[in-house]
Amino acid sequence: MTLRPTRLRKGMVVAAAAALLMAGCADSEREGSGGDGGGGGGGDEPTTGGTFVFAGSADPVTLDPFFASDGESFRPARQIFEGLVGTKPGTADPAPLLATSWETSEDGLSTTFMLETGVKFHDGSDFNGEAACWNFDRWYNTPPGIGQTEDQSYYWISLFKGFAEGELTDSVFESCTVDGEDQITVKLTQPFAGFVPALSLPSFSMQSQAAIEEYGAAEGDDPSQSAYATEHPTGTGPFVFDSWERENQITLQRNDDYWGDVALVDTVQIVPIAEPRARADALENGEIDGFDLVGPADIAGLEEDGFQILERPAFNVLYLGINQGQKPLDDIRVRQAIAHAIDKDEVISNSMPEGTVPATQFVPDLVNGYSEDVTSYEHDPDKARDLLAEAGAEDLTLMFNYPTDVTRPYMPSPGDTFNVIRGQLEEVGITVEGTPDVWSPDYLDRVQGGNDHGIHLLGWTGDYNDTDNFLGVFFGRPSNEWGFDNKQIFDLLTEARGLPTVEEQLPLYQDANEQIMEFLPGIPIASPVPSLAFAENVQGYVASPVQDEPWNLVSVEE
Amino acid sequence: MLRFIVRRLALMVPVLVGLSILLFVWIRKLPGDPARAMLGERATDSAIAQINQVYGFDKPVLQQYFIYTGRLLSGDFGDSTRDGRPVLESFIEQFPGTIELTLAALIIAVVLGVPLGFAAGRRIGGWLDNFVVTGSLLGVATPVFFLAILLKLVFADWLDWLPTSRRQDARVEATHPTNFYVLDGLLTREWDASWDAILHLVLPAVALGTIPLAIIVRITRASVAEVMGEDYVRTAISKGLAPKLVNRRHILRNALLPVVTTIGLQTGLLLSGAVLTESVFEFQGIGGYLFLSISQRDYPVVQGYILFIALIYSMVNLAVDVSYGLIDPRVRVS
Amino acid sequence: MTIPLEPQHATGVPTARDDDEPGVSLWRAAWRRMIRNPAAIAGALIVLAFALVAIFAPLLAPYSEGVQDWRGDVTPSDVPGPRDGNLLGVDRYGADLFSQIIYGARQSLIVGVVSTAGGLAVGALLGIIAGGLGKMADTIVMRIVDIMLSIPSLLLAVSIVAVLGQERKSVMIAIAAAQVPIFARLLRGSMLAQRNADYVLAANSLGLRRRTIVMSHVLPNSLGPTIVQATLNLATAIIEVAALSYLGLGGGDLAEAEWGRMLVAAQDRFDESPQLAFGPGIAILISALGFTLLGEGLRDALDPKGRR
Repeated sequence: MTLRPTRLRKGMVVAAAAALLMAGCADSEREGSGGDGGGGGGGDEPTTGGTFVFAGSADPVTLDPFFASDGESFRPARQIFEGLVGTKPGTADPAPLLATSWETSEDGLSTTFMLETGVKFHDGSDFNGEAACWNFDRWYNTPPGIGQTEDQSYYWISLFKGFAEGELTDSVFESCTVDGEDQITVKLTQPFAGFVPALSLPSFSMQSQAAIEEYGAAEGDDPSQSAYATEHPTGTGPFVFDSWERENQITLQRNDDYWGDVALVDTVQIVPIAEPRARADALENGEIDGFDLVGPADIAGLEEDGFQILERPAFNVLYLGINQGQKPLDDIRVRQAIAHAIDKDEVISNSMPEGTVPATQFVPDLVNGYSEDVTSYEHDPDKARDLLAEAGAEDLTLMFNYPTDVTRPYMPSPGDTFNVIRGQLEEVGITVEGTPDVWSPDYLDRVQGGNDHGIHLLGWTGDYNDTDNFLGVFFGRPSNEWGFDNKQIFDLLTEARGLPTVEEQLPLYQDANEQIMEFLPGIPIASPVPSLAFAENVQGYVASPVQDEPWNLVSVEE
Repeated sequence: MLRFIVRRLALMVPVLVGLSILLFVWIRKLPGDPARAMLGERATDSAIAQINQVYGFDKPVLQQYFIYTGRLLSGDFGDSTRDGRPVLESFIEQFPGTIELTLAALIIAVVLGVPLGFAAGRRIGGWLDNFVVTGSLLGVATPVFFLAILLKLVFADWLDWLPTSRRQDARVEATHPTNFYVLDGLLTREWDASWDAILHLVLPAVALGTIPLAIIVRITRASVAEVMGEDYVRTAISKGLAPKLVNRRHILRNALLPVVTTIGLQTGLLLSGAVLTESVFEFQGIGGYLFLSISQRDYPVVQGYILFIALIYSMVNLAVDVSYGLIDPRVRVS
Repeated sequence: MTIPLEPQHATGVPTARDDDEPGVSLWRAAWRRMIRNPAAIAGALIVLAFALVAIFAPLLAPYSEGVQDWRGDVTPSDVPGPRDGNLLGVDRYGADLFSQIIYGARQSLIVGVVSTAGGLAVGALLGIIAGGLGKMADTIVMRIVDIMLSIPSLLLAVSIVAVLGQERKSVMIAIAAAQVPIFARLLRGSMLAQRNADYVLAANSLGLRRRTIVMSHVLPNSLGPTIVQATLNLATAIIEVAALSYLGLGGGDLAEAEWGRMLVAAQDRFDESPQLAFGPGIAILISALGFTLLGEGLRDALDPKGRR
């Protein structure tokens, strides 16, 4: 049974939506002029009130985003916190947020940020240059121990490489200087073109010094479980933390003093529901107003019942990994044969949501460095057979590893995807040994931790707009997953990573993509389109490829 | 009686110690490790090594065990590698959920099972008896998760009468002082919350309680039939004593014994059945959490939770044995 | 999930009952009781059907196992239902659902029989040692059994499969392991119950060696309840294989027909294609029911007290 408003109510919904749309057009996005007097920087239309209940797929681990790296921990963080840099709505491109503008020096080593004025944290303390640098220093000075493991400060380690003390001290970060109330300068020890885009990650949100000093973790304790991180997360965002009942729900309240567009709803609740089918049920029962990660099998049914399906622009890639540590997979002809055997369109129509496009390389098309000129491998079973014969591998038997019991945004139905590809490989004479494993840790351990795997399915969802976030992760260095040692590619990527600006990186990354598709360490398959679903009466949700989705513009009509 | 209890408690200690050693070694023998599970797709060898070093998983097993028991003695059961929470704290927070579920399942099983078994046992071979026996066989044969899926489909999708997952709706105003959601609603006078919690309990409790229901029906039926056949009952009836009186005074009392034992036995089954049921319904309790922890190689949680469960199971068994002795004066626990 | 037999029922020798006809052998009397029990007959027929389907699957199924000719017709939102050429429609991997269900009986039969036999063998051995070799052996063995019983059988199975690797073999070992304590208790009870039986004392006084007594007298008398328990355990084994598949364990190829795995794969398609789940689900149900009815029928027939 679904909630079907009567015609009268439907009419009201449309009228209200139209009013909001017009009001919304009169006002720009979150980063308003800031100096509009009083609290709400938005216009003067009233808030609509009500509660927005949203279901994610799991409980957060912590509410201090610096010590988190999973999407579900970031979801509430996007409402409570903001960083210096945001994204243009619906894209992965950097946009001003708490920093109104920035300028990087020629050598790429120092960036000056101009900051918003008049912004306060939820506890009343001021956001200013001092607060901003305090945050950078806090990250840099994370005490050795649990806080410095990649399970916690993953993004800092990935991007800035090191801390003030501990095992990793070779840091890209050098210092943060307070130039004034509304200006800071950050110095790096080496150029890092991805620096500014990376600041849009929730991990680098600005947090309240006062709150952390009062409730933060004692030395030696797990910082992700401090009283601050579980009971008093304090940011500048459109919502204020209210309560977190573990495994049950998180409640946030509207921040009436928000410096940007004040939220339209009064309260937000985030609940964890692990099964996609159960999330769909909850939406249809009216228990929730919206949810993330719609199962592909549920999309048609929900649309039929009048719910809204919103697609996130694809920012991920699913690939068929090949382990060159297993002969004869180290023979380029065998890999090319596999590529020609695969019919990506059939894979997509059988196992992926509508709207999914085939992938031509290891980065999705939204990322800088995407190249139009990569080698393509058409579906051509005859050519595949010829190549196999040429390589002397007509009776090839391959171990094909795939995970069970999991669904990832880039791989919604691994079993189905495996099954289709297996059929295509068998058509060209390859014998396939299907080898399933439980996703975590078994499967990951197998395909990334050793040599006992043949071809496998895996993928990646991008965190921010930087080719290195894809290629660097896959091919930055020799690994068990790919089993090859191609100095040329490693060096090219290392070189590109060190260039100071995105413009300078572009040609190198395009070249890297082309070289990689020539070398063919694996076969990119597709970039599936993740979807969200909402009740009919929800408006204003803007999907972002990097999940930068604050909910201050969301409204729920009664 | 007291000596019996003390002796049983004393015997529990070596069993639990043995179990803890077994668990400790076993969980580390499982392929894969917590570090890999914590890092997911982002795992690199250096990241894994770092985690193992910080959390002490790279030390020799024996040393890890000593460190672990050392902390145990001061009440520190460690923290989950998945969500960082102290194991004891999570257990205490989630256990009421499992208790509520188990109690609800047991209530369904006993409230339905004893009268049904009683009625069937009094007239063996009657139509009610046949119906009951077939039904109970079906109940035992049905896989819990299949039943759970069926229940979800029928009552949540088609009929839309009941919720399909979790313990409480987000929209309902509810505070949880004790974490027994039904009780909490009553304590805080949030009647809606109590009612909502009960609704959420129905499907999982039915799924979980079906097998104990079937077993209790069979046992009650069998022991009632046995008592009915006893000489003294037949004598009482032939003497003209009204069957009703014979019921209450003689049959019921004697028939209760095996039922009580079975209830004790069921606790173990219920606890293990709770794992699957809680997972299927995403019902927040120790079973679902434990299951996730095993698959994610969350050593501290697995070690702690299974120990707690074994302890509880032993205590319940002890309680059952003691009550057995209390109900039937002939059975003096020796 | 089945109730282990009480020790006093562990002596399987049919004893005279009130409702027996005079002049008829005790075993035959038990047989006659079975025949007159409709539930037992139903169970026997189901088990027979199950075994026949499993053995003659290639002849009964319209298509071979794992033939995925219709994969092209499957999309994330649609799995073709019953139609020309596919009696029950197609499964999500493109194979004929009806054929897969038929072939699924094979897996269940093999795993069920092998694991129950294994559990029986090891459990009986332990039970005999416990019951026949004196107090010390008894205490040690029963402590082990207690520890095994204090671990929920599902967790035990999960651990064993994880350690031994995701394959059919591990599943069988895991399920066998869960049955070991049940059989151990049964045989031990049987040994203890018969220890003071007249014929044992007589044999002893005649000077027969303990081993002979056990092998030639005690064991055969334990046969009845053991068969009953084995039959009941088969039902449980069928269910546990399915449960392990539900948890994503046990390896095995997608194309291989296995009811539990089919049931799991059917879950997220339940809305538009419920037949994907009902097919294997009902198959599991009926098979388990059949074994249970048969086992209960056997138990009733051999029951010394005539309690039906």
